[in-house]
Amino acid sequence: MSTVVEAPTASSGPQSPRSGAVLAPISWKAPIAYAVVAVIALIGFVVVAPKGLETTFTVSTSSDFFQIAPITVPSTATALLLCLVALVLAGVSFWATRSRRKVGVWLPSVYGVALVLAFLTWSAAGKDSALPLTGLLQGSLFLAVPLVFGALAGLLCERSGIINIAIEGQLLAGAFLAAVVASITHSAYAGLVAAPIAGALVGLLLVLFSIRYMVDQIIVGVVLNVLVIGVTSYLFSTVLKVDAATFNSPPKLPVIGIPVLSQIPIIGPVLFRQTVLVYVMYVVVAVLQVMVFRSRWGLRLRAVGEHPKAADTVGIKVNLTRMKSTVLGGAVAGLGGAFFTVAAGLAFGKEMAGGKGYIALAAMILGRWSPAGALAAALLFGFSDNLRVVLGIVGTPIPSQIMLMTPYVVTIFAVAGVVGRVRAPASEGIPYVK
Amino acid sequence: MSQPIAPERTQPAAGRTRGQQALHEMLASNWLATVLAVVLALVLSGVLIAAADKAVQETATYLFARPGDFFGAVWTSVSSAYVALFQGSIVDTSASTLTRMIRPITETMTVSIPLIFAGLGLGIGFRAGLFNIGAQGQIILGAVFAGYVGFTFDLPPVVHVVLAVVAAAIGGGLWAGIAGVLKARTGANEVIVTIMLNNIAVYLVAFLLTTTAFQRGDSNNPISPPLNSNSLFPLLLGSGFRLHAGFLLALATAVGVWWLMNRSTIGFQFRAVGSNPNAARVAGISVNAAYVWVMVVAGALAGLGGAAQVLGTEKVLTAGVAASFGFDAITVALLGRSKPLGTVLAGLLFGALRAGGFAMQARTGTPIDIVLVVQSLIVLFIAAPPLVRALFRLPAAGTEPPVLAVSPSVKEVGL
Repeated sequence: MSTVVEAPTASSGPQSPRSGAVLAPISWKAPIAYAVVAVIALIGFVVVAPKGLETTFTVSTSSDFFQIAPITVPSTATALLLCLVALVLAGVSFWATRSRRKVGVWLPSVYGVALVLAFLTWSAAGKDSALPLTGLLQGSLFLAVPLVFGALAGLLCERSGIINIAIEGQLLAGAFLAAVVASITHSAYAGLVAAPIAGALVGLLLVLFSIRYMVDQIIVGVVLNVLVIGVTSYLFSTVLKVDAATFNSPPKLPVIGIPVLSQIPIIGPVLFRQTVLVYVMYVVVAVLQVMVFRSRWGLRLRAVGEHPKAADTVGIKVNLTRMKSTVLGGAVAGLGGAFFTVAAGLAFGKEMAGGKGYIALAAMILGRWSPAGALAAALLFGFSDNLRVVLGIVGTPIPSQIMLMTPYVVTIFAVAGVVGRVRAPASEGIPYVK
Repeated sequence: MSQPIAPERTQPAAGRTRGQQALHEMLASNWLATVLAVVLALVLSGVLIAAADKAVQETATYLFARPGDFFGAVWTSVSSAYVALFQGSIVDTSASTLTRMIRPITETMTVSIPLIFAGLGLGIGFRAGLFNIGAQGQIILGAVFAGYVGFTFDLPPVVHVVLAVVAAAIGGGLWAGIAGVLKARTGANEVIVTIMLNNIAVYLVAFLLTTTAFQRGDSNNPISPPLNSNSLFPLLLGSGFRLHAGFLLALATAVGVWWLMNRSTIGFQFRAVGSNPNAARVAGISVNAAYVWVMVVAGALAGLGGAAQVLGTEKVLTAGVAASFGFDAITVALLGRSKPLGTVLAGLLFGALRAGGFAMQARTGTPIDIVLVVQSLIVLFIAAPPLVRALFRLPAAGTEPPVLAVSPSVKEVGL
């Protein structure tokens, strides 16, 4: 653990090295981690991999402007090249750490893409079926939808100082109500409108117990998850299963291709050939990114989460702010819950959120409590989720259980500070009493 | 508005009689609030049971013409469900033989074993200020270790079972220790880490059951070989019942946990860290070491729960060996207020709900999911004593702050 030692003459800044400024010890953790992983990848994907095989990627879909032929590359050489790129980046990281430069987010991004491509090249080597790159990305975005909404919900609550462990329950409640309303009205869009209401109700319960009865917020969250699982499963068994035609056959949200944009190769099908829920997601992420960090509302929200007493002193109603933002967060998560039923075109099933709420929580932390970061982290989880599906079809040398573990292991590393220190809002989980 | 609502406290006035004083003390006790919370949860769940009942729905259509029919149907549906729940968990009054009559209570005790073990472990964590959600993963790892020792080795009777139990404790302790070490060294939030470890454990056991070391040779199913009979817990009531010695071990462990937390130096340090980490640090207690050891002890206890499952109840290792005991144990520890005795009683109650739930589902068709509703409502009401007290117009609790409510660092609750 490195301790940051402030320069004794902080005001003079780093421009005056003669003032005896004590610099923070250099942390070599990141570059060493980059180098070690790259070397392991080099050994696994190149040195011990079978030689003389080829890998085929497809990138076009049939309705693009122009077709790109499937790309076939020699597996070992490509993997070698990509691993070398990763090693060079690790070197850059060493250099940057030594000279105390900050590297942007591009380094880990390019590093990650290179290693993932190396992994894909290795795992699809010598397979008859080509690896559909576009489909992989398209599915990743789709699977990331509940995670993004869930992470945004968590962020809204935690920025205001309420820990939201109940994301799972909010997703599930949203999925349930969306399915029921969509089935009764025969309209997927009606389901989409109903889903946030269910989530907001769970959020309301959360904030009620947290603020009014000052129950530990983690406890309320955990218990609300159980309660929602219980209630929805019970209603599923007694009502939905009995008359599935009336109550549990939600129509599927249609996939809407945005004209022109959707025909750009690769980007088009991935970003602009999705359901309306995904487009709503773009809007919500963008709006929240601006609102949380650039608006008066966002400033107040963050003030309440960081230092409620100070916020109260300047006349911000702390508990009212918390209540509003938690209910709003619940609604956002509920909307994400619609993914499971109306967006995926599935009937409601018991516990169908399947722990996605907890992953969303992890995505929020990995994204450092910012909407854009949450989007990126959720996309990462969605990608690893979909990778398993796609590689399952192509055939992968790695057991599927190990693949499934990956996002959780990544999260632990992230939370443990390998990726960088994360800091929660200072006052989260602490009830505010005047 | 941020104040918890508390009915005006009635101070014991000077002129009050001894009887009134006793009544006041009883009304202000936490036990009464607990009982009322259970009753309230059962009533609310009863509404759900009635609402889903066919006869109730039919009579509701002519509610104003003949309200008697409606209320009769409500009573029938709810009471029959709860009677089945009781018969399935305590004493089957409709059974013909004594064996069948008392089997439900032994089932309740059997089911409660992992809940008690894991609940004890979680309780230690709560009292030390650590919110460990990872009992599920720790149970799984305990079961994996115990199972591996159970079906791989061939050892003499007593030695084998003891070794398997120790292995389970080590497995659970190591798994939880990861979260403890990360918390101590990097400040990683134990809630997130234990949730992630739960998921990893689920896939880990699924993966292990595909390997030759764990998987039964003669089929492709993900199931381990049956355990060596020497490694199993002895049955307490003969072969007619599933109740095994794990129950006695759980009770003994509860006593041990009581001693650890209330009479030992380590337990004092745990509680001190839970009450106020900064004060504990100033007093010379290593807070980081305490975090690690709390998690290790909690994990070892949850691991014993896994041992009880694989060495006593299931007798084989499967991917579903932990069921949802790890999550239920959270509610058990909360209901038991993190105290050993309370945890044992809460474990028995939730064990009864679970065991009885199956009987209820079989006899009256009420889905067992209602048990989850009852459990979560109980814990919600327990966690918010002011709510229950306001609903029943009880006086505020005597001296204690609302249990489970956080003032910044206080999760410790006086005995």
